[in-house]
Amino acid sequence: MSDVEASGPVETDYQRVERSDEFQSLRKAFRNFVFPMTALFLVWYLLYALMSTYAHDFMSIRVGGTITVGLIFGLLQFVSTFVITTLYARWANNKFDARAKALREEIEEGAL
Amino acid sequence: MNGTVMAAAATNVGNIWINIGIFAAFVVVTLIVVFRVSRQNKSAADFYAGGRNFTGTQNGTAIAGDYLSAASFLGIAGAIAVNGYDGFLYSIGFLVAWLVALLLVAELLRNTGKFTMADVLSFRLKQRPIRMAAAISTLAVVFFYLLAQMAGAGGLVALLLGITDQAGQGVVIAVVGALMILYVLVGGMKGTTWVQIIKATLLILGAGAMTIWVLALFGFNLSAVMQEAVNMAGENGEAILEPGLQYGATAVSQLDFLSLALALVLGTAGLPHVLMRFYTVPSAKEARKSVVVAIWLIGIFYLFTLVLGYGAAALVGPEAILAAPGGQNSAAPLLAFELGGEILLGIIAAVAFATILAVVAGLTITAAASFSHDIYASIIKKGQVAPDGEVKVARWTVVVIGIIAIIGGIFANGQNIAFLVALAFCVAASANLPTIIYSLFWKRFNTSGALWSIYGGLISTIVLIIFSPVVSGKPADPVTGLSKSMISDPSIDFHWFPLDNPGIVTIPLAFVLGIVGTYLSKERSHPEKYAEMEVRSLTGAGAEKATAH
Repeated sequence: MSDVEASGPVETDYQRVERSDEFQSLRKAFRNFVFPMTALFLVWYLLYALMSTYAHDFMSIRVGGTITVGLIFGLLQFVSTFVITTLYARWANNKFDARAKALREEIEEGAL
Repeated sequence: MNGTVMAAAATNVGNIWINIGIFAAFVVVTLIVVFRVSRQNKSAADFYAGGRNFTGTQNGTAIAGDYLSAASFLGIAGAIAVNGYDGFLYSIGFLVAWLVALLLVAELLRNTGKFTMADVLSFRLKQRPIRMAAAISTLAVVFFYLLAQMAGAGGLVALLLGITDQAGQGVVIAVVGALMILYVLVGGMKGTTWVQIIKATLLILGAGAMTIWVLALFGFNLSAVMQEAVNMAGENGEAILEPGLQYGATAVSQLDFLSLALALVLGTAGLPHVLMRFYTVPSAKEARKSVVVAIWLIGIFYLFTLVLGYGAAALVGPEAILAAPGGQNSAAPLLAFELGGEILLGIIAAVAFATILAVVAGLTITAAASFSHDIYASIIKKGQVAPDGEVKVARWTVVVIGIIAIIGGIFANGQNIAFLVALAFCVAASANLPTIIYSLFWKRFNTSGALWSIYGGLISTIVLIIFSPVVSGKPADPVTGLSKSMISDPSIDFHWFPLDNPGIVTIPLAFVLGIVGTYLSKERSHPEKYAEMEVRSLTGAGAEKATAH
C-alpha cells in the first residue's frame, strides 16, 4: 500500500484504506449480501401487491374455511420479512462484524 | 346477542372517569420516569440522541413505539374491520419497509452521521445548500405527520371522553400539546425514548391480550373469527376476505393502491424521526439490533391487528363501528369495550392517547434537531456556535413546534386529513430516500443531483397532492351532499391528477432527477470525501461515540 500514485493531489489516509484489498473485499462482501437481498424482498413484495390488485380471483380462492390464498400470501410476507431479518443479523454478527472491527482498529491505530 | 351493548357503545362508550384516570396514571408514571432519567441533559448529544447510551433492545422498542402511531393502531384495525383484506395490505407495506432500513440505511447512517439526516446527506456534498434542502424536507414530513396525529386526537377525544363540542375538544388538544412540550423540554431524547418504550410495551401487551381473548372466544380458530365477521357483514359479506373491497373498484383505484404500496415500502427508511432514532445507540451493531427488535415487535403487532380487525367486525359489526363517533377508528376501542367492559376500554383509550403523545414528542424533537442543528448552527451560524447555544435554540424550537401542533390540531380537528400520513410517507420516499441511497452508494453523486432529487421529489409530491382528488373533486355523497375531499364543497373541483397517492410518479421521478442533476453539473467530485464516507460507513471508524456519564 505504499506506492502513492504520482497523478493528482496527495492521497488521504481514507483513500489509502479504501484502495486496500481488505477494505475492497469487505465492501464486496457487504454489497454481495445486501443488494441481492434487497432486490429479492422488493420483487417479492411487488409481486404480492400486483397479485392483490390484478389477480383478484386467484387471491380469493378458499384454501380451507375462510382462509384465502391472499391471506396465506400476505402471511408469507410476514414470514419472509422475519426470515430475511434473521439471516441478515446472523450474517452480520458472525461474518461481517469481526472483519469491520479489525479494519477499524487498524485505521484508528494508524496501521493502514 | 350483543345488540344492547352495541347500542350503548355507539352512543356513550365506557366510563369517562375511568378513561381519564388511567390516562392520568400513564402521564404521572411517565413524567416521573422522564424527570428521573434526564438529570444530565446538557450536551447536544444528550438532548438530541440521549447520550447515545440506549441498548439495541431499548431503542428497537422505542422505534416500535414511534412507528405504531394511532394511525396504525386504530387505523389498521379499523380498516380491516370495515374493508377486510384491503386493510391487511397496509400493514404488510408498513412492515416490509423495515427491511430497507435494516439492509441499506440504519448502520451506515449511524456510522457517518451525528444527529440528523442532513449530517449524512451533506457529508461529501456542499454543506449549506444540502443541509437547507434536507431540513426543509424533514420539516415538511414532520409537519404533515404531526398535523395528522393532532387532528386524530380530536376524534379520539370525542369517542373516549364524550366531549363532542369543538371548544372542549380544543382544550383537550391543547392539554395533549402542552404535556408533549413538557416531556420534550425536560426529557430531551432520553425522556422521549422512555415514553416511547413504556407506550410500546403497553400497546403491544394490550393488543396481545385482546388478540388472545378474541381467539379464545372462537376456539383459537382464525377462520371461525373471519366466518363470524362475514356473517356480521351481511349481504356480500364474503368480500371482506378478498382483496379489492377498498381499492378494486376501478383501474384508477387499483393504480392508486399500487402507488400507496410503493410509498409505504420506500417511505419508512426516509422518515426523519425514524432515522434520528439510530443515533441514540452507541454503535452500528446496536443500530442493527434496534431494527431487528423493531421488526419483530412491529410484525407481531400487525398480526395482532389482523385478529383485532376481524374480531371487531365479528363481535361489534361494521355498522356499529361506522356509526360510532370516530367512525372506522373506533373499531379497536369498541372491541375492547365489548370484551372487557369499561376497564379494558379505559386501558386501550389511555394507550391510544399515550400513542399520540409519544409520537408527537418524537416528531417534535426531530424537527427541533433539524432546525437547530442544520439551519441555525450550520447555516445561520456557519458552525460557529457554542454547544449549549444549539441546545437552547432546539428547546425554543420545541416550544414553537408544540404551539404550531396545538393550533394546527385545533384548526384541523374534524377535517378530513387522514391522507396526511400517506403524504408524509410519500414525501419521505420521494424527497429523502433517493438522496440517502445515492449518497451512501454512488460515488459520482453530487450536490446538484441531491438538490434536484430532494426539491424535485418534495415539490412534485405536494403539487400532485394539491391537484388530486384528496383535496378537491371527489363525487358528492348522495346522503349528505358533501364531497369526501378535503374541500367538501362538491362545486369546487380543481383536480386534474387522478390518483390520491402520487408516489408511483414522484418516487421514480426523484430517483431519475438525482441522476439527471448529477450528470448536468460540472461540479468537481471529491473522491477523498467519498473514500472517507465509505470507509467510515462500513467499518465504523471515527463514528460518534456514546457520552460517558
